Amino acid sequence: MKLPADVVSKKNGKHTIQPLSDPKIEAKDLDFFYSEKKALSDVTITIPSNRVTGLIGPSGCGKSTFLRCLNRMNDIIPGTRVQGKILLDGQDIYAPDMDVVQLRCRVGMVFQKSNPFPKSIYDNVAYGLRVNGWKDRREIEAKVEQSLRHAAIWEEVKDRLKSSALDLSGGQQQRLCIARALAIQPEVLLMDEPASALDPIATARIEDLIQELKKDYTIVIVTHNMQQAARVSDFTAFFYLGQIIEFDRTEVIFTNPRQQRTEDYVTGRFG
Amino acid sequence: MRLLPKSFKANKRERGIELFLLFCASVSILTTLGIVAVLLFETVDFFREVSIVSFFTDTEWTPLFAQKRFGIWPLLIGTILISGIAMLVALPAGLLSSLYLSEYAPDRVRRVVKPVLEILAGIPTVVYGYFALLFVTPLLQKFLPGLSGFNALSPGIVMGIMILPLVSSLSEDAMQAVPRSLREGAYALGSTNLQVSFRIVIPAAFSGITASFILAVSRAIGETMIVAIAAGQQPRLTANPLVPIETMTAYIVQVSMGDTPVGTLEYKTIFVVGMMLFLSTLVLNVLSQRLRARFREVYR
Repeated sequence: MKLPADVVSKKNGKHTIQPLSDPKIEAKDLDFFYSEKKALSDVTITIPSNRVTGLIGPSGCGKSTFLRCLNRMNDIIPGTRVQGKILLDGQDIYAPDMDVVQLRCRVGMVFQKSNPFPKSIYDNVAYGLRVNGWKDRREIEAKVEQSLRHAAIWEEVKDRLKSSALDLSGGQQQRLCIARALAIQPEVLLMDEPASALDPIATARIEDLIQELKKDYTIVIVTHNMQQAARVSDFTAFFYLGQIIEFDRTEVIFTNPRQQRTEDYVTGRFG
Repeated sequence: MRLLPKSFKANKRERGIELFLLFCASVSILTTLGIVAVLLFETVDFFREVSIVSFFTDTEWTPLFAQKRFGIWPLLIGTILISGIAMLVALPAGLLSSLYLSEYAPDRVRRVVKPVLEILAGIPTVVYGYFALLFVTPLLQKFLPGLSGFNALSPGIVMGIMILPLVSSLSEDAMQAVPRSLREGAYALGSTNLQVSFRIVIPAAFSGITASFILAVSRAIGETMIVAIAAGQQPRLTANPLVPIETMTAYIVQVSMGDTPVGTLEYKTIFVVGMMLFLSTLVLNVLSQRLRARFREVYR
């Protein structure tokens, strides 16, 4: 599989082409098994820094499984097994000496279904700080506010930080979960269909937020929604039956794909 | 046209079956009501002869002696003492084992350990009673020379072991009901297994765990065989676990098995003590049920 040779970025209103020189995550010959069932085979991909990489494909194609490999979230599912390598800044995250807790602090995650803890809004965001050893109350307070602002939800919750997070609407809960993930200052943010359960307005807010966040984070997003992939991602990988069929700049995938199956999928002929 | 009368007949049969099932269901309800009525009736009768004030203030319980005294406290304290010891064993051990089963144990281990734990619940309590009297007490006497043959400590510990599976099983159910998405959310924020257990799972399952604790206390209060066999039958107002005491349940056994004539004051004490037992377990069971209902609601 060929890797994209360059990156298109918009500077001062005009498109410039830059070489892809700054990989954040590299997966090499990655295989993944649920017990005996092979869910990913031979996945090789380079995910660039400070860009949004979209993963698309039909249900069960392995895109979520791949995403969950990037912070070793699959470790907590019994009977799973990984072969191959995933490098984060050149360091193998499946190496025996890798500290999974450290890894997950560097690679944050937002889930498909918003999953706030049954605690207050404040405690939801402060949780990650506390488990990572933050003690000073004033520092935690400042960080909580900054994260909520960053996730564009501060104005809506600033007067009720002590009330339960479960009382928020679905879209607010999801932005709270994003704030929670941002609080521990990850380098990479994984998003597993973050807007699939939300109405169009809430979805638009999340998408705007993703555009904001890519300045500071490397974002990998799984989505079922083709328009969303086209709107938010700089690069797109098309997964099918556990393999990457094609990976390229998003406009290439959507307008001029090299593989027939990619074209069939993005034009809605199957999937 | 033939269909109508036929279905009418079927309807009648259905109705008959319904009434029969209703009758079956009422039997247990009526029995319960009957028991409560008898308890109430005899209790009122008892308090006609013994003042309710002395019942709750006297510190001695000697209805079977010539010098009759009717202070409930020795039996009450005996019950609380043994239940307390049982809880000191069952709660921490039960909670930790459920935490292990729910959050740490690999699937294979859980599949073996959980049924084995539940077998503990199937052992007849009379076996536990003799286990306490003939094995645990002599064993404890090696370390505690002051321990008498009958005491509160040994049956308390054994009762704790008996109740442990109840606590562990119900608490584990409560922990399993905590959605996996919450655990994943916590792991994704860089939590360790221990942090997920204590900061996410236990708080989220808290009402369920509390319900299992309360149910366990109510089991301990109502437990009869172990204490009747191994705790001695001497009503004594003491917090010392090393000497013989008597619980409410053990007293009822003692009097029912003796030859107390029907209608006497001694006979009525059975019902008064029974009433006390009934009230305390009733309150605890209602409390536990409320809590469990609440915890089911949270993750519908």
